[in-house]
Amino acid sequence: MSLLVDLALWAIVVVLGLIAASRSQSLCIDAIRGGVRDFLQLLPRIAIGVIGSGYLAALLPQALIASWLGPNSGAVGLSLASLAGALTPGGPVVGFALATTALKSGAGAPQVIAYTIAWALFALQRVIIFEVPVMPPRVVWLRVLVSLPLPFLGAWMAMVVGKP
Amino acid sequence: MSLRRTRSPFDWSAAVIAALAISAGVVVYLRDGQERFLAILLEDVGLFGTMLPRILAGCLMGAFVTLLLPREAVARWVGADSGITGILIATVVGAILPGGPFTIYPVAGALLIAGADAGAACAFVISWTLLGYARAIVWELPFFGVDFVTWRILFSLPLPILAGLAARIISKFVMKGEGAA
Repeated sequence: MSLLVDLALWAIVVVLGLIAASRSQSLCIDAIRGGVRDFLQLLPRIAIGVIGSGYLAALLPQALIASWLGPNSGAVGLSLASLAGALTPGGPVVGFALATTALKSGAGAPQVIAYTIAWALFALQRVIIFEVPVMPPRVVWLRVLVSLPLPFLGAWMAMVVGKP
Repeated sequence: MSLRRTRSPFDWSAAVIAALAISAGVVVYLRDGQERFLAILLEDVGLFGTMLPRILAGCLMGAFVTLLLPREAVARWVGADSGITGILIATVVGAILPGGPFTIYPVAGALLIAGADAGAACAFVISWTLLGYARAIVWELPFFGVDFVTWRILFSLPLPILAGLAARIISKFVMKGEGAA
């Protein structure tokens, strides 16, 4: 399954690359150079996140997480997970590393989905550094307001479907 | 791609997580011994190795789409009179437009200036945060695996559309005096 995903990914990359090259070879080379530079810049962050999450998982009190955010923690667990997601500082490495750690330590899948969605929508650092400066404040508040129910909706769908 | 901001490979948020990771590693070493420390290290280095080709693919894909997507046309498609189609288009574009927060929010701001309404702008930003494939492939997939991410994205599909419609309704009722609907 994951080999299939890898093949599909690279097939898309090759097709996009061919289209880009047919438009302009020099632009295509620029794009490849930019992509590789992004890749190299990401490497240290991801390495730290992946290796660190393994050690953090070994340390987290699993019984505590299982009872607070476990599959049977209900609406309180969902609210806790959403709040934790909104308050998680830092970039994607921090958010996803903490979420996988929680999942490894016995948190329920809907709770982790609520956490991931809340983190994606509300991460304070991103809203303050990137969103507020370039968007009209009215639209930012409106965006945050209509996003409030979304972590619960996502988790609720996960519970109804019973996956993953 | 003048909106692109070069970012250093190592900033304060990376430093915080590095400090956390190193302290956690030290505690595991002291508490559980060298054998367990090395076992976790080996497992996670292996995981990191399998992630590398995916991360590279995600980065290249983002670079090519940035090159190929006609950004000017986007503003036309999500204008004030675009109705529910505009919200759907904003959702799809938000999901496929690559780049970090430093490219997405300026595009959203530009969309608003170019005449997109608040509902479409909200759907666009929310769709990028929840459905953006670049983030899902580069970050989420390696950490969670294919199964979890697929379901998470399936459950997230309707959310930008619902939120965009809600934003449009609220901005019509609450902010109708401001003339920007």
